[in-house]
Amino acid sequence: MSTIGKVTGIIANLVIVETQDRVAQNEICFIKHDDTRLMAEVIKIMGSKVYVQVFESTRGLKVGSEVEFAGHMLEVTLGPGLLSKNFDGLQNDLDKMTGVFLKRGEYTEPLENDKEYEFEPIAKAGDTVVAGDWLGEAKENWIGHKIMVPFVFTGKYTVKSVTEKGSYKINDTMAVLTDKDGKEHKVTMVQKWPVKVPIRAYTEKPRPFKVLETGVRVFDTLNPIAEGGTGFIPGPFGSGKTVLQHALSKQAEADLVIIAACGERANEVVEIFTEFPELDDPRTGRKLMERTTIIANTSNMPVAAREASVYTAMTIAEYYRSMGLKVLLLADSTSRWAQALREMSNRMEELPGPDGFPMDLPAIISNFYSRAGFVFLNNSETGSITFIGTVSPAGGNLKEPVTESTKKTARCFYALSQQRADSKRYPAIDPIESYSKYLEYPEIVEYLNKQNGENWTKNVLFVKDALLRSKEVYEQINILGDDGVPLDYHITYWKGEVVDFVISQQDAFDKIDQRSEFKRQRYMLEKVVDVLKMDFKFDSFEEVNPYFKNLINQFKQMNYSEFESEEFQNNEKELEVIIQERKVA
Amino acid sequence: MEKDTKAFQRIYTKLFQLTKATVSLHATGIGNEELAIVDGRLAQVVKIMEDVVTLQVFAGTEGIANDAEVIFTGKAPTLKVGEGLAGRFFNAYGEPIDGGEIMGEEIEIGGPSVNPVRRKQPSEFIATGIAGIDLNNALVTGQKIPFFADPDQPFNQVMANVALRAEADKIILGGVGLSNDDYLYFKSVFDEAGALDRIVGFINTTENPPVERLLVPDMALSAAEYFAVEKGEKVLVLLTDLTLYADALSIVSNRMDQIPSKDSMPGSLYSDLARLYEKAVQFPDGGSITIIAVTTLSSGDITHAIPDNTGYITEGQLFLRKDSDIGKVIVDPFRSLSRLKQLVIGKKTREDHPQVMNAAVRLYADAANSKTKLENGFDLTDYDERTLEFARAYSEKLLAIDVNVEVEAMLDTAYELFSKHFSPVEVGLKQEFVDKYWKK
Repeated sequence: MSTIGKVTGIIANLVIVETQDRVAQNEICFIKHDDTRLMAEVIKIMGSKVYVQVFESTRGLKVGSEVEFAGHMLEVTLGPGLLSKNFDGLQNDLDKMTGVFLKRGEYTEPLENDKEYEFEPIAKAGDTVVAGDWLGEAKENWIGHKIMVPFVFTGKYTVKSVTEKGSYKINDTMAVLTDKDGKEHKVTMVQKWPVKVPIRAYTEKPRPFKVLETGVRVFDTLNPIAEGGTGFIPGPFGSGKTVLQHALSKQAEADLVIIAACGERANEVVEIFTEFPELDDPRTGRKLMERTTIIANTSNMPVAAREASVYTAMTIAEYYRSMGLKVLLLADSTSRWAQALREMSNRMEELPGPDGFPMDLPAIISNFYSRAGFVFLNNSETGSITFIGTVSPAGGNLKEPVTESTKKTARCFYALSQQRADSKRYPAIDPIESYSKYLEYPEIVEYLNKQNGENWTKNVLFVKDALLRSKEVYEQINILGDDGVPLDYHITYWKGEVVDFVISQQDAFDKIDQRSEFKRQRYMLEKVVDVLKMDFKFDSFEEVNPYFKNLINQFKQMNYSEFESEEFQNNEKELEVIIQERKVA
Repeated sequence: MEKDTKAFQRIYTKLFQLTKATVSLHATGIGNEELAIVDGRLAQVVKIMEDVVTLQVFAGTEGIANDAEVIFTGKAPTLKVGEGLAGRFFNAYGEPIDGGEIMGEEIEIGGPSVNPVRRKQPSEFIATGIAGIDLNNALVTGQKIPFFADPDQPFNQVMANVALRAEADKIILGGVGLSNDDYLYFKSVFDEAGALDRIVGFINTTENPPVERLLVPDMALSAAEYFAVEKGEKVLVLLTDLTLYADALSIVSNRMDQIPSKDSMPGSLYSDLARLYEKAVQFPDGGSITIIAVTTLSSGDITHAIPDNTGYITEGQLFLRKDSDIGKVIVDPFRSLSRLKQLVIGKKTREDHPQVMNAAVRLYADAANSKTKLENGFDLTDYDERTLEFARAYSEKLLAIDVNVEVEAMLDTAYELFSKHFSPVEVGLKQEFVDKYWKK
């Protein structure tokens, strides 16, 4: 018998419900309004008064309306068919909704109940299993979607039977498990899990020790993100956050990509809807959409569901990680989620923290980031969630609560700079301000040097240093004038520009340059380091600028041509000619 | 003191609390956001606690007594929509201010959002004739973009020109705190252009109470949705000035004792503005809503909460600036941005459009550097001199807001300026475009 209550107060989407019975924090309830049911979540309980945030508009809602509590927290449905879907923040399948406009109180099934999937057993009768263990595998696109012991199962179970190979619907019984008391439990392809609780069906979460290749040089070469690592991209509007996220989602070496479009423009989501089904995934030759799931809570969709959307996305990511897959999770933008928390905190008249945000904002953010990570599963397979969030700092000022809280927890910092965006240096990630803590992990350094040659990390630090020195002398040149500094200063400045133009900058709209694999990055890095170590001869500073512009242009021609192609080699030969013009033997 | 007049109307006459903007009374059976008439003034339910209902009185509470009559209407704010809207002007409540009633279906304003999977990617170019827009920051149907301008700049004039040239089926003007002079200006411009039958106006002038303004954008956008969804029309919505809308939001939140966030704005400012701007949409069947708005700045400061939040929501912004070299207002090519331009330029316009646009802006940037050099007393090279001459001509012939030509002519003008001041190598266009279009 579920708990029933009555609405006694309404302030925008905060509703106060009176009930005498059992309710739990974060429990879901439904408010009856005319012939619809509005979904809401409990956020505070004060005696018999229960404060709930409604995931919909409360227009027309009246005091006295009946409320039915669901007895569980906000859950997602997990099973084959999640991939390629466009969900809203509460996991409603947007494509199943009727009409042009979203209707209040319309909730749709996230999965296809009637679709059949090819199933193959993995476990066999007699096996001892725990939550998260693989019982079988269903074919979802090209992914072997593992059917697991539901995460809610506690303790050990014995497999009584696993359904034999064949085509089945998601609600068919795929296995029967016996618990220690001899009681039998049926397992289907579908299970549910509360989004705010991390899925912990793994044995160990080590420090990340591999690098996730993104094909973006300013990530991979200069500030690599670990597989299972965390990073964030703060940037003012117009500095290219979205283009960068789209580039990552298209190219990264991940098995699947989950995008939480959280409080951003609808047309940007439409761009993904329109382009991803057409674009090829360079890794599999299939369409990008086949490895992508979108959770869309655009800025005009209900605010309360915005918070839910990032948790929904994370839970789906954890589910696929438990299958031993490499998941990339992108959230654009986490600031909108923080703002949603602020709106609610404000309506509940809580004492505010800095800029009106709730006091526990840093804790909420770090808890969320900590759900990412690389894990060893029960069967010693591995899986990972690499999480990259964007932050939209108010006024472009990085000293605001969301940026600061995120900086404390995320291990990679990719600072988008307005100045770089204005001078069209894309991606506008400031190569000096940005950092990757992973470059300090000995296991990551070892991994990189093993993969990219023993000098790799040394070279990376060398070009980073060149960038820094270039910036320093540039300031001197600006103060003292072109002829007021030694000639060497000009050369140092331009060597840094070589690194900037050839490595940091990358054309996201060029077919070849947009994606640069590690092999190619290593080749170009070594080439750049060679040039940086050379001595050049100039008679006056006026010769330096045109020479290096020409040199950079030739380097860029290499970036624009297919790696190791004839064109690439010809461009390299021409580069050699330019180098010899001024090189001191 | 409750008596039933109609089935759904209940009348109360005992207010126990009055503030500058709100009144509270004991009442039952009231819906959230429902409208009521308080002492003849329109009000809306903003809070219900047990039987205590708090109403926001749009026109303010001056002179309302604690025994004033309160009539609940049983419905949220509505607008009567129909073909008859065309050519008419309304107040913030959707009542005609030019006499006569409107026949049509009554719909609630501020309705739900479009399902993102039912949208189409915007792809139709909007020609405005202004090169600072068409050449450098092309607009697309379904886009939302504001002018960021200081209050003394002629944004309303530019907007009126854009509206008239945009070949929209309907132009909907939402005047938010418009000065009466500007209202009459819009009316006469549209009248002279013979376009009044395509215009629908919802006007709140500075003479009206500020809180009433909050209804205007929703009225305008509901009318826009009617024409775009029901009639499949291309609708252009002009909202001027949304800074005043945000100011009205902060007044209300202040009177409701809410904790302000940055710049005394309510914490929900982003969502409140996004709810309006996201009504911009391209539908698959051809109907569309394009929003051009105005956000006035305080001496060019875009880090203030209003332009800052707006910038994160909209698809670019248009900056106006007075160019002292030519004495005209221009569309600033550096600070202006149309995020959707790449969906149409070089595709719906001539193939060389993107290259010409970038080359001209780059040369204009070189000119800015030359100017700094000049101001700092450094010697100018021959190239510097030529960039300065180019910049002056570029400003005069292309960036100035009084330009009104086709895109093709803009591109030709650009080549004319290129060839007059530079060699093809200095401009750096693709060779095929040089061969085809360069003025010999």
